[in-house]
Amino acid sequence: MTTISRPAWRPATYRSAVGFRQAARMERIKLRTLRSPWVTLLITVAGVVGLATAVGLNSKDTHADITSNVLAGVAPGLLAFGVLGVLVMTNEYSSGLIKATLAAVPHRRTLLAAKTAVFGAVALAVGELASFAAFLAGTAALPAAFRAPSLGDPTVLRAVLMVGAAYPLIGLLGLGIGTIVRHGAAATGVVIGAVFVGAQALGALTHSLGAYAPIAIVSDSLSVTKAGTAHAGYAALRPWAGLGMLALYAAVAVAAGAVLFARRDA
Amino acid sequence: MIEASGLSKRYGPVRAVNDLSFTVEPGSVTGFLGPNGSGKSTTMRMILGLDRPDAGRATIGGRAYHDLAWPLREVGAQLEARAFHPARSARSHLRVLAAAGNIPDSRVDEVLGAVGLSDGAHRRAGKFSLGMSQRLGIASALLGDPGVLILDEPVNGLDPQGVRWIRTLLRSLAAEGRTVLVSSHLISEIALVADHLIVIGAGRLLADTTVTDLCARSGSLEEAFLTLTSGGVA
Repeated sequence: MTTISRPAWRPATYRSAVGFRQAARMERIKLRTLRSPWVTLLITVAGVVGLATAVGLNSKDTHADITSNVLAGVAPGLLAFGVLGVLVMTNEYSSGLIKATLAAVPHRRTLLAAKTAVFGAVALAVGELASFAAFLAGTAALPAAFRAPSLGDPTVLRAVLMVGAAYPLIGLLGLGIGTIVRHGAAATGVVIGAVFVGAQALGALTHSLGAYAPIAIVSDSLSVTKAGTAHAGYAALRPWAGLGMLALYAAVAVAAGAVLFARRDA
Repeated sequence: MIEASGLSKRYGPVRAVNDLSFTVEPGSVTGFLGPNGSGKSTTMRMILGLDRPDAGRATIGGRAYHDLAWPLREVGAQLEARAFHPARSARSHLRVLAAAGNIPDSRVDEVLGAVGLSDGAHRRAGKFSLGMSQRLGIASALLGDPGVLILDEPVNGLDPQGVRWIRTLLRSLAAEGRTVLVSSHLISEIALVADHLIVIGAGRLLADTTVTDLCARSGSLEEAFLTLTSGGVA
């Protein structure tokens, strides 16, 4: 035990260099070897499906936009994804792992790109799962008088897919804010403030901006299958415009994070 | 070989490192000595590209850290006793790092064995004692079988048995021709491990010498160190 013999392992080649592939593999193993993110994701899916079932069971208005209603449980789910995105980065700082991570992958933009890709992919898969499961559970729970919307309807399918895609976008917004703020509790506060509290308050004050609030985009743009059923006091964005706005928020946060991450001391 | 030339770093009004130049040669253990807050960790962070120097540069084998093709295979570093996620097992932590160097899991098990952590490999690293955490940090430094090792206060928290273990380990790594830089704020501790000494105080180089020379200077190492670090900065 006290001697360190020459290892049996020898590197296969020195020709290439550490890059995105290695960084992505490292980030994948980081996610796989922790239980807490998966527990959070599982609880989120269960919660969203549970809410959708409750909405389905209690539906009264047969003319309502049922798809949009059963997908309404996404708001708390989005919060969980946003916080998870924050933690992907801030955990590195709170544990001190960031130093080991950057010693292993010194190219910071490459590292952040890998984190974004790996977390984004997981969040997209789980987000779509949550959205489809919520839709199926919610519509299955509808009272007999209802004609359940079908995924065969392109508008319905679009709504379910887009709501599923909102999860990773809010998650990446959290990742970007986590990279900027670096401190978990503070960054979580910013995410809740920006996405949930601040944006809603802004919407209440100035109706024209209300449509741009992330939660409003999900509930009034992405999930809507019947035009004119949204009853907010503002003109909702078209679905694709709404999705584009969410992507823009995430991109701006991650890009700002990347600039700071590359520049700052670890 | 590690080279620092004119390294300077300022945090607000504090000059953490001030025009620091030195060379760490392969084949021996070099102690990096200085009181608390003298700039040892900052210097090590700059060598590893974690902090950007305000002036000067640090190279490893002639190249800046971020220009190394496979950093983990060229430099093994331990900067903090607990630079891991507390919920991850020791083995998972090493597998995470190994992925960044295309290093197989067999090597992970090999270094766990080398530092005596085979039995604790699957326990949550957050539950580790300071001594075990240090061993995990050393395992992560050894992971890529690097020619250069940079360890910040690795003896901290080790019991006498552990101190002896790390002394033997570092000596044998140096004997294999590796470059080994080990920091400490305790001269008694570092004298047991190092052959060569780089002494800094208030971010400046105070002495670049051998343990034997420093000892000859004022009879005892303790004395020599205190003389150096108290009045050293002119």
